[in-house]
Amino acid sequence: MVEGIVGRKIGMTHVFGEDGKVEPVTAIEAGPCFVTQIKRRDKDGYDAVQLGFGEAKRLNLPEKGHLKKVGMLKHLREFEASEIDSLKLGQRVDVGMFKEGDRVDVSGTSKGKGFAGVVKRHHFAGGPKTHGQSDRHRAPGSIGATTTPGRVLKGLRMAGHMGNERVTVKNLKVVKADPERNLLLLRGAVPGAKNGLLIIIRKSRASGA
Amino acid sequence: MKMEISTIVPVEPNPNIPVISPGDTVRVSIKVVEGQRQRSQVFQGVVIRVRKGAASANFTVRRVTYGVGVERTFFLHSPSLEKVEVLRHGRVRRAKLYYLRRLTTKAARLKERRVKEERKEG
Repeated sequence: MVEGIVGRKIGMTHVFGEDGKVEPVTAIEAGPCFVTQIKRRDKDGYDAVQLGFGEAKRLNLPEKGHLKKVGMLKHLREFEASEIDSLKLGQRVDVGMFKEGDRVDVSGTSKGKGFAGVVKRHHFAGGPKTHGQSDRHRAPGSIGATTTPGRVLKGLRMAGHMGNERVTVKNLKVVKADPERNLLLLRGAVPGAKNGLLIIIRKSRASGA
Repeated sequence: MKMEISTIVPVEPNPNIPVISPGDTVRVSIKVVEGQRQRSQVFQGVVIRVRKGAASANFTVRRVTYGVGVERTFFLHSPSLEKVEVLRHGRVRRAKLYYLRRLTTKAARLKERRVKEERKEG
């Protein structure tokens, strides 16, 4: 059993419960994925499964060689797996592995915000808007003391590049998993833009129930 | 390969909900569950907003009770929405009637729009 799947974010919508309660859900086109490589402890040092997702138009020669037996796949990602001996190269993996009520962790690349100021990036309050202020509205304020220590401390929160980084949202509830349409509905939001690549992993036991 | 968000959650039109547009005076019946009992609650007022969008489509009804303005938003495809009756079509010139919020009594009235043929329910 592979413990995860690769998918693509479609967008958000609503789902109605029978009692009329509305659940906000993110729709994900998850899978079908294919096993492209099985890594073993004796050969690779650890057990894992590499899954491929999405049709590739063009691959370079090393990629073609690697995927010779399974076909042209665009995105390759590695997952933990149990009972690794039961898996075969080229085996199909789809959302049938999840059922309603399961908990999953989802990783993706967040939307890039460019060079962001401190108000947006670290939720600073900014300066006063009135009382004769000029140029202080979104300023960070003091960034340190005087001669002692005479430098700015490392790790101080300042303006800089924001977003476009890997973000993981944990413990999302599976609202629906439809293997026929390769559709996965998760309650709540998921990192990244529409059509962004997502990695969905069954919630690990270690992270608590 | 590419899936459209509007097709993700299938929505069937509710046969008890006619086409509603801003300015309509409607009577909305909502299913309310109180403990074990289920009853129907009625909310009557003017539609001040209709938002489209597959499963997310909704509309807002405004009424004034005892001098207090009350607005309720209903999801068009919610299973708890029992029935919607259009009592009167108002003649309005915009899609969102937020301006009604600052008008009271006589000024907040809408002229009736007579429809030649009653639109098909559903």
